[in-house]
Amino acid sequence: MKNHVLRPIMVAIAAVALLLTARSIYVPDDFGVHGKNFTFGFYRESNVDEWKAMPAKYKGKQYCAECHDEQYDSITASKHKIIQCENCHGPALNHPDEPEALTIDRSRGLCLRCHADLPYPNTLRAELPGIDPVEHNAGSECSECHNPHKPSLEDM
Amino acid sequence: MTISRRNLLKKTLVGTAVAALPALPLGAIKFLSPAEAKAAVSESKTRYAFLVDTNKCVGCGFCVKACKKENDVPYDSPVTRTWVERYLITKDGKSHIDSPKGARDGFTSQLQENQHETVDPKEIDKAFFVPKLCNQCESPACVQVCPVGATYQTNDGVVLIDRTWCIGCGYCIMACPYGVRYFHPKYKVADKCTFCYHRLAKGLKTACVDACSFGARQVCDLKNPEDPATKIILTERVAVLKDEYGTKPHVFYLGLDRNVR
Ligand code: HEC
Ligand code: HEC
Ligand code: HEC
Ligand code: HEC
Repeated sequence: MKNHVLRPIMVAIAAVALLLTARSIYVPDDFGVHGKNFTFGFYRESNVDEWKAMPAKYKGKQYCAECHDEQYDSITASKHKIIQCENCHGPALNHPDEPEALTIDRSRGLCLRCHADLPYPNTLRAELPGIDPVEHNAGSECSECHNPHKPSLEDM
Repeated sequence: MTISRRNLLKKTLVGTAVAALPALPLGAIKFLSPAEAKAAVSESKTRYAFLVDTNKCVGCGFCVKACKKENDVPYDSPVTRTWVERYLITKDGKSHIDSPKGARDGFTSQLQENQHETVDPKEIDKAFFVPKLCNQCESPACVQVCPVGATYQTNDGVVLIDRTWCIGCGYCIMACPYGVRYFHPKYKVADKCTFCYHRLAKGLKTACVDACSFGARQVCDLKNPEDPATKIILTERVAVLKDEYGTKPHVFYLGLDRNVR
């Protein structure tokens, strides 16, 4: 056969072989159809485990009770028992190792999330004790007067 | 030597066949044993779903805060995996909707119509808060459009994104009818709510569910009839968002108003 026919064929073969080798190296073994069908289940299977392995940052109230029983007992006996500690103090992460102490947010905004008066009919929001943020002791932190772990107005 | 047409065609065919040979061992053809085939078709034991009770939401936004911190969503960027919308329906029939910073800091003031006007509380007929998140659709439009197989549906119904595989083309962000996907400023890939897949895998609830003080959010397994939220979904009147798109969303709402889009 003449060279001018053979050479392009060789080049084509080499190109295809190169492409397939590159593909086999680059595409992970577990890439393929794993779910119910090709349209929704075409993926790298080990990615599912990668998502599962991510650490959880929020630990829940029960975890805090181990060490901060004073605050825990106080808040569980109050009307604030429904609020998670970490809502106000941020995620536990690996506290008390890292970080050694969680943040204490004394801003008015924290309390106003629930207590800024929004008089909406037939909503739970209207039933929460509401204050006007502009009128109610503006400029002072709420915790100067109210104990967030024991908000009862009676023993203020 | 001259080459006949017949010969040229023959040689080309043989050449192509030889070139294609290396493809064979690379798993181009895969035979499944009957057991494997059955396993691939048979259904998983879990189907995660979500229940939002809009009657209970007070708009404190702790769910949004918890989600952002739990899932490394940049806290001060205008992107979020879940958000809460405030709806005010006034006496003139108009609906006023807002969601400042996705309600990350809650709703602490009256709805600001524009720079000077707030909606007069006396004019309000009804008002409510609607938390939103990924619907983990049964036929997710976002997965269909992915050109590289970087987003997919797990066997338990959750739609995930492979961050090492995503090329950041943004097709899925455009395709989602609910607008739950965004471009992650740090990882430079598409991102969205995963139902806190890592927490569910550890037997925990999602961060937003744990953060909610009022029980407005619940996550459940639709295939477990004993699950309290599953019972509600199966026996009470629940609604979904944008049913007409046919994506079969799996976030169910109690007390959904027709004004909610
Ligand atoms: C294993 C014990 C332990 C657990 C569990 C624990 N903490 Fe702590 N926490 C500590 C220690 C020790 C300190 C540092 C002591 C100090 O500065 O008063 C601390 C400090 C803090 C502080 C700062 C106190 C201050 O006065 O500055 C806060 C807020 C806090 N923890 C909240 C929490 C919350 C919320 C949880 C639950 C998610 C929690 N902690 C779980 C041991 C613990
Ligand atoms: C409503 C928000 C809120 C919740 C919920 C909350 N805290 Fe606090 N916490 C605060 C604030 C605000 C302060 C600062 C109080 C001050 O300045 O006197 C604080 C202070 C603390 C401190 C520092 C010591 C102290 O008492 O001043 C600890 C420890 C603490 N909280 C732990 C907890 C634990 C544990 C829980 C859950 C059982 C919890 N907190 C729930 C808002 C909250
Ligand atoms: C997640 C929403 C939420 C947040 C945030 C919150 N509270 Fe409350 N607060 C409540 C609820 C719920 C009640 C109880 C309402 C009832 O049952 O009457 C309450 C009650 C109160 C009361 C009235 C107690 C009484 O005896 O009538 C005060 C005062 C109060 N909170 C202060 C605060 C302060 C200060 C903060 C900020 C550190 C704060 N709250 C943050 C939900 C919240
Ligand atoms: C200077 C002290 C002081 C500060 C600061 C303060 N309060 Fe009060 N608050 C009071 C007193 C006193 C009362 C009870 C009398 C009343 O209703 O005004 C009260 C009552 C309340 C009530 C109950 C209202 C009702 O109708 O039952 C809530 C809720 C409340 N405060 C929330 C807050 C929040 C949230 C902040 C911060 C943004 C705050 N307070 C800051 C002194 C204070």
